[in-house]
Amino acid sequence: MENEKKYLFDKPENVQRLLYFLYICCALLLALDFVIHRHVMHSWENLWGFYPLYGFVGCVVLVLVATWMRTFLMRPENYYADEGKTDYAETFNNVEASDDVKNNRTKRHSNGTGDNDVDA
Amino acid sequence: MWMLEIPPFLPFFIGALLAGFTRGILRNIIMVSIPVVSALHLWTVPEGIHLQFAFLDYQLMPYRVDKLSLMFGYVFHIAAFIAIVYSLHVRDTLQQVAAMLYAGSGLGAVFAGDLLTLFVFWELLAFTSVFLIWARRTRSSYVAGMRYLIIQVLSGVILLAGTLFYAAENGSLEFGHIGLEGIAGWLIFIAFGIKCAFPMAHNWLTDAYPEATVTGTVFLSAFTTKVAVYALARGYPGTELLVYIGAAMTCFPIFFAVIENDLRRVLAYSLINQVGFMVVGIGIGTALALNGAISHAFNDVIFKGLLFMSMGSVLHMTGRINGSDLGGLYKTMPKTTVLCIVGAASISAFPLFSGFVSKSMVMSAALENGYDWIWLMLLFASAGVFHHAGIKIPYFAFFAHDSGLRVSDPPNNMLLAMFIAAVLCIAIGIYPSALYSLLPYDTGYNPYDATHVLAQTQLLFFSALAFVWLNLRGMYPPELRSTNLDFDWIYRRAFPQALQKIFAIIEKIDHAFRQTFLANLNLCLIFLSRRHEGVSILLSRTYPVGSMVLWVAVILAAYLFLSFIH
Repeated sequence: MENEKKYLFDKPENVQRLLYFLYICCALLLALDFVIHRHVMHSWENLWGFYPLYGFVGCVVLVLVATWMRTFLMRPENYYADEGKTDYAETFNNVEASDDVKNNRTKRHSNGTGDNDVDA
Repeated sequence: MWMLEIPPFLPFFIGALLAGFTRGILRNIIMVSIPVVSALHLWTVPEGIHLQFAFLDYQLMPYRVDKLSLMFGYVFHIAAFIAIVYSLHVRDTLQQVAAMLYAGSGLGAVFAGDLLTLFVFWELLAFTSVFLIWARRTRSSYVAGMRYLIIQVLSGVILLAGTLFYAAENGSLEFGHIGLEGIAGWLIFIAFGIKCAFPMAHNWLTDAYPEATVTGTVFLSAFTTKVAVYALARGYPGTELLVYIGAAMTCFPIFFAVIENDLRRVLAYSLINQVGFMVVGIGIGTALALNGAISHAFNDVIFKGLLFMSMGSVLHMTGRINGSDLGGLYKTMPKTTVLCIVGAASISAFPLFSGFVSKSMVMSAALENGYDWIWLMLLFASAGVFHHAGIKIPYFAFFAHDSGLRVSDPPNNMLLAMFIAAVLCIAIGIYPSALYSLLPYDTGYNPYDATHVLAQTQLLFFSALAFVWLNLRGMYPPELRSTNLDFDWIYRRAFPQALQKIFAIIEKIDHAFRQTFLANLNLCLIFLSRRHEGVSILLSRTYPVGSMVLWVAVILAAYLFLSFIH
């Protein structure tokens, strides 16, 4: 996200460059652990690569747990809209099947954005 | 000097009145100038009580100024100014008037020196802000606004009950340190907690904010929760329970934010996460922690506003806000993209951005006071907030797969408002001393030492690496059109369904009971009539009702006839 000004992420090599830039930054930051002397407040901070490891593992766990949460928390988009209906499983499967964005676009109801030209 | 007597909510209420009667450029000039003039005036106001009078047996102080309230007063003026500039293109009078009243109510609440005045503004916040939700004028915004209003008013009613108990216990209404002693302490704590979006009381926020109008959400994100943070900072500093509540608030919303599709709802979840950091700071209660909480509230108003504005721009220009519908907008909305990334970097607490200089104070305070596990949770939440607000928001809106949408940047007033917010984010990040000088305590804290900067940068870069790795491996959860169940399921689904079932059962029992009663009554009648059949065949026969009516009619007719011939 650092050099978004290129506007050229359609080219795969530019995406690749950005990723290499990220990898190099990560490697440099990890190497700095050897150079910079920390004044630590907690013993865990003394462990080599504590922050990088915690950040990486934390995020992976976060995403995996969140994905797992979908298995029992996810409902169709109009779950709260159709109050009388009881058989949600059927609607749910339909939503999942037609997940393709472009297919759904035409079906989408036009949502008022709110800043309408109402001059009351 | 007479100017000193003007409490800051008054110019905003007058502004609301004027905005209701003016149109076009004149209204825009009035609306923009009010926060500017009011802020300049506030800058000159010294600390102290500027307005007080006796009401029944109690001293009311509708206008009390100290360092704590001034911090919130300043940032509310900034927020109001930015949001008003952002909404200059809106021609809906309802929204403009409601927004001015709402901003005024927020200011009134933070300068309230007694609990009764606080209650009045507490309720005004609810009643004025709900119109920013209803102004969307859709069915879903109407019901979400209703739920929002019910919960907010409930919070106000609990606050009033707590205030009455407080007056009975202490014989005074002054709003100072309250603490968790007695019924009053707990009631007021719960009232503040509901508005502060404590876990399980948080769904009004994630429910209503994404349903509000494009500009309404920007106002909403600034005032309500920050007033609650201010109230907690004044009433309950150093309450240990807040540390655990706050830590829970930082962690649980990020899981929901990762799987949420509506990008403004993602921001609503991340708002709870940020408020969690402030609540932890208030709970620790040391000078450093309180400074951290207050300055983080100050910064959060600006960078969360910036993020809501950038997503509002996307909604305004495309009419869509779901991550599954968006993507590739950087090609035609480059300015919005850059401004959104500034907000994302600020909320993620990148060094040189505003979030870094305030969040690190709370983290340091947690470590200093021996809350090791809480510190680990906050660290996890810091990585998590970068994940969902820092990366997910810009990535799915502006990059990711190309949605084919080709819309331009939003109108200039929206861009200008976002630009002002972005400049403030960076300015505070680069030169935090200006912000620190306004804080209630002088701690001599310096966020920019090598240890902090390196630790935070490592944490964030490796979080980004985790995102890239998960994405390349195809393990990142795709944006799906869905509703995710949260605690609101309890009162939106479970309760109504349980009630429905209970009523169905009651109805059945009732029906059966009536049926058997009527049948028994019938049997009794038949039994009695049979029993007397022998006595008089003519009188005790089971005649149909119709014949009875007929005979009554005959008798009445006979009466009538007799009265005529009499």
